Amino acid sequence: MSFLSVRDLRVHFPTIDGVVKATDGLSFDLERGKTLGIVGESGSGKSVSTSAILGLHRRTNAIVSGEILLDGVDLLKVSDEDMRRRRGREVAMIFQDPLSAMHPYYRVGNQIAEAYRVHHDVSKKAARARAIEMLDRVGIPQPDRRVDDYPHQFSGGMRQRAMIAMALINNPSLLIADEPTTALDVTVQAQILDLLQDLQRDFDAAVMIITHDLGVVAEMAHDVLVMYGGRAVEYGATKEILTHPEMPYTWGLLSSIPEVDADPEAKLVPIPGNPPSLLNPPSGCHFHPRCTHRDKVPGDLCRTVSPELTPGTRGEGHLKRCHLANPDVVYEREVLPEIAPDLVEGR
Amino acid sequence: MFAYVVRRLFIGVILLIVMSLVTFLLFFLMPQDPARVACGKNCSIAQIKQTEKALGYDKPALTQWTDFLQGVVVGREYPEDKSLREKAPELISDCAAPCLGYSRVNQVTVSEEIKEAFPVSASLAVLAFIMWIVGGILFGVIAAVTKGTVVDRGIVAISLVFYAFPTFFIGLFLLKFIAIKWGWVDVPSYTTIAEGGVGGWLSNLFLPALTLALFFMAGYVRMTRAFVLESMTEDYIRTARAKGLKRGPVLFKHTMRAALTPLVTMAGLDFAGLLGGAIITESVFNFNGLGKLAVDANVSYDLPTLIGLVVLLGSFVIVANIIVDVLYAVIDPRVRVG
Repeated sequence: MSFLSVRDLRVHFPTIDGVVKATDGLSFDLERGKTLGIVGESGSGKSVSTSAILGLHRRTNAIVSGEILLDGVDLLKVSDEDMRRRRGREVAMIFQDPLSAMHPYYRVGNQIAEAYRVHHDVSKKAARARAIEMLDRVGIPQPDRRVDDYPHQFSGGMRQRAMIAMALINNPSLLIADEPTTALDVTVQAQILDLLQDLQRDFDAAVMIITHDLGVVAEMAHDVLVMYGGRAVEYGATKEILTHPEMPYTWGLLSSIPEVDADPEAKLVPIPGNPPSLLNPPSGCHFHPRCTHRDKVPGDLCRTVSPELTPGTRGEGHLKRCHLANPDVVYEREVLPEIAPDLVEGR
Repeated sequence: MFAYVVRRLFIGVILLIVMSLVTFLLFFLMPQDPARVACGKNCSIAQIKQTEKALGYDKPALTQWTDFLQGVVVGREYPEDKSLREKAPELISDCAAPCLGYSRVNQVTVSEEIKEAFPVSASLAVLAFIMWIVGGILFGVIAAVTKGTVVDRGIVAISLVFYAFPTFFIGLFLLKFIAIKWGWVDVPSYTTIAEGGVGGWLSNLFLPALTLALFFMAGYVRMTRAFVLESMTEDYIRTARAKGLKRGPVLFKHTMRAALTPLVTMAGLDFAGLLGGAIITESVFNFNGLGKLAVDANVSYDLPTLIGLVVLLGSFVIVANIIVDVLYAVIDPRVRVG
């Protein structure tokens, strides 16, 4: 069995207006040393799902069901206290905006050392030394001095490095990075991603990276899971998904990436419409109201029947949630020429 | 930081000078003639003029104001009229350097009046402050932590009741039932520590302080609850939980530190305001504090007392503001400059 195995994960929030199905039946596997990229628009359920793995949802407002097996233990079945002891030690998280994710009133070193002292019975001095060591490891210059700085005295990139130090100080076996580079400059983004890859090799951790940036996925992830409206719509090896996507939503994501060497006159192609409501999701395929290919499916199937996650045309390892009978052909003939005309000519 | 405080104090002094000028001008803009009121209904014009002179209101307003400022710096002697002083040397009262004036209505210097009344108001304010801060934060945090439950709703509802009832009602209610009808405590009358010991001082202050505290506590419960709930949704609280911290440290170390910052500002200003006297509470319990002094001075057109109180209360608020700002820098490292 895989190191991390998530089966049929559901996170539902009961509200006055009805149940918000933020995550609705998510399954995936992840091995140590491997990286899974989770991609999707805002509100597609990425962060909610990973928060569930960390046990961050409060029982009072969220109903979490399914299975989250980490090293054979179902995290949804352990006690609150047991889960708390695993948080930060076995599973750690890096958050999107390091400025708001760090407490403004406490020193950076203090906050990092705190994460160590929760799980290790050591003196403040020893924890501080460990914090300095970690700051050094993530590439903060003069860590013995910067350890006493406040978060606002760090630059954005340094803050994210400090967050990474905080997350890795207990040597977690699973690291969840929730849009770790979204709030950073492009040049800093690359540095942070390199650092993450570097550290992953050293710590042999399983990494989940949440992003809406397919570039990040292409660089970091071994596998990729595309989410839409709280469900997985495409799942497989990164190379496979990026070169032979079989779900119109993934096509949309690919065609909305700007390219540096593209014709400046060329227009970015956004996906029309808005992300679906998780309270009243569209009938049938959640993506059908925005899908430009729905007419190719006979019998109005897209509107009435929700497609299952089924193997793609190229084999078992590639799962997609789409009614199209021949998505590979549609992609080759209609989508690819628009995204990368030069690539088509070269064939 | 030091330079900042000095600059703020300097601005504060200018503000006080302007405040005293405005008070003088407003007083003389009143349609009522204070001398006529003091003299009574059947006074002749000559008698009114005489009263005016005796009260010192005959000089131009601006002169009176500059005399006042001079008195604050170098002190004054009363009565100011030299011939009067020679005629009756036993009436001379010396008003030393920060001289706020001489109340002819009460036949005593304003500093003397304040020296009498301030301990009453300060005692009330300190005791009430302790009660409402402890109670307000305690119940506020309990309500935030138990949000949506019966406990939370109960606390919010009760605080709303105390917030809605006017102070004089709560004061009279406590006085009537706890002190008079049930006789749990004696009817309070202010006793200094020297007279009645700490026990006597406290027991006499208890009801009026409770009256004040209940009103403020109601507001603080609701604010604490709101600030704690807001702070709980911050990203850094999620980080703290993701580290594996226990509930206790997450709440008391991470959440409260952020939630209490705005409360410090309000607590400081509310306390400063209260130091200047709680008009209604002091009247209900017949405590001769600054609030009651101010009301009486208003009724009897006692300008020197009024000016003295305005300057005193103004300086309380200004100093409290500076202290709050300094405290802010201590609490929030982002505010520290240079």
